[in-house]
Amino acid sequence: MTKSELIEVVAAKAPNFPKRDVEIIVNTMFDTMTVALQQHERIEIRGFGSFVARERRARDGRNPRTGEKVSVPHKWVPFFTAGKELRERVDNSSHPLAKDTDDDSDEIQAAPRPAAPAISAAPGEAKG
Amino acid sequence: MTKAEIIKAVNEKIGFSKRDSAEIVELVFDTMKETLERGQKIKISGFGNFVVREKRPRIGRNPQTGEEIEISARRVLTFKPSQVLKSALNG
Repeated sequence: MTKSELIEVVAAKAPNFPKRDVEIIVNTMFDTMTVALQQHERIEIRGFGSFVARERRARDGRNPRTGEKVSVPHKWVPFFTAGKELRERVDNSSHPLAKDTDDDSDEIQAAPRPAAPAISAAPGEAKG
Repeated sequence: MTKAEIIKAVNEKIGFSKRDSAEIVELVFDTMKETLERGQKIKISGFGNFVVREKRPRIGRNPQTGEEIEISARRVLTFKPSQVLKSALNG
């Protein structure tokens, strides 16, 4: 589900709201949450989960591909923890897991990692 | 920040009534929960992706007693922040 699909579903559940209004509200929600995290403010949505910004101090790292030393600057990183209700609903669900076929194309690709061995591909599929 | 404050922001920033703001904000989180419960991922561009993952059973250990116990297979929810959100935190 993408953000625009989320807007569609919410708009269908709230027929008295024009879709345009739902879109504005959804965008405002995520903008508001982004600003809170920018200010290092914790966000807690009961039943859903919480978002926090955690501080990572500067450190010396290495480029794992070349072994070259690089300095990793101090930074803030967002984290999410699912709330109890959502965690239990996700874990207790008997719905089959949706196949992950898309390419997360809204993300900037990180440097490729060495290929991990395929996890139990269909027997006989992987040759060599 | 709580859900009430998100509702307040929707009310103050864009002028929807408190009642309307609350209705839609609740529906958004409810819909996200239903979607994730169905094992589907949610991609909010500019914010991040919520992804349900299957964990295989594994042997864990009670750190107090050292006793080995099987941790059953389970489904967990992970959040991968978007590059946009990560950059916003370090602007």
